Amino acid sequence: MKDRRLFLVGLVVAILVAMVVAQFASSNPDGLEFVAEQEGFAESATDHGLADSPLADYGENLSDNDGVNTAVAGLVGTLLTLAIGYGIFWLARRTNRTSSEVP
Amino acid sequence: MHIPDGFINGATSAGFGVAAAGGLGAAIKQTGRYLSERQVPLAGLVAAFVFAAQMVNFPVSIGVSGHLLGGVLAAVLIGPWAAFVVLSVVLIVQGMVFADGGLSALGLNIFNMGFIGAVGGYAIYRMLLRVMPKDGRGVTLAAGIAAGIAVPLSAMGFLLQYIIGGTTTVATGTVFTALLGTHLLIGIGEGVITALVVGAVVRSRPDLVYGAPDYAGQRTEVLT
Repeated sequence: MKDRRLFLVGLVVAILVAMVVAQFASSNPDGLEFVAEQEGFAESATDHGLADSPLADYGENLSDNDGVNTAVAGLVGTLLTLAIGYGIFWLARRTNRTSSEVP
Repeated sequence: MHIPDGFINGATSAGFGVAAAGGLGAAIKQTGRYLSERQVPLAGLVAAFVFAAQMVNFPVSIGVSGHLLGGVLAAVLIGPWAAFVVLSVVLIVQGMVFADGGLSALGLNIFNMGFIGAVGGYAIYRMLLRVMPKDGRGVTLAAGIAAGIAVPLSAMGFLLQYIIGGTTTVATGTVFTALLGTHLLIGIGEGVITALVVGAVVRSRPDLVYGAPDYAGQRTEVLT
């Protein structure tokens, strides 16, 4: 598989996972939340500073339709992470190349 | 696995925050040294995939779920330092855009999932690789098992932070047992997903896998 095709296939898979597979995600507490509830320190958690932002809790405040909320949050989050990650790695690579070329 | 604000006191959280920021700077520098131009898109893609996969909580027991952490998965594909960067980016996006994981707890979470999960998990992978069959299956198996071990280890990172600066006084012994039990189960899911993804990439493009030795594209039969 050519690099560009592999990248596109990978991106489609990531977007499908975030928009579609995430619809079937379990809403039960994760390991740490469960332990916190069981052991009685869950209440020590304080509200997240951005709890009222539109995409908080993966789009919970967006609309009444949970499916749409998850899909929007999944798409935005995946593309945003890709953009930031790609940017940092591109810069890391570039900075290193320039510094090694200049004696 | 994402620690919210409030579980760990401010001083401890700030200390881990400073350490995580320094670690991220060093990791970006290290990554620039070994990442090739061709691997840059793949590294960005790994970040996007880890974000996507972390949205999918799978059930592990009655009333308990878990999701992929992706540290070993990322480290085997693009190297441990790039994986640390990936987990940091994912955690920053989750914390600052999706209110998942406390803002004050960012350093705590980066330490647990990025440092222990990715860098530590990769060290376990390298050790396991030595005793595995010298072919693509060996690479896949070592990645899966290392990923499975990395999850409870990451949870032990939280235990350490809780011992240093927990805001509540629950006996650490019972927290240890509960954390270990649930995260051993989540580790099984982590191991299976990691083995599936690493296996697929090793089969199709072993040359793109940072952590795969040259023999990864061959079969055992050819070697013996």
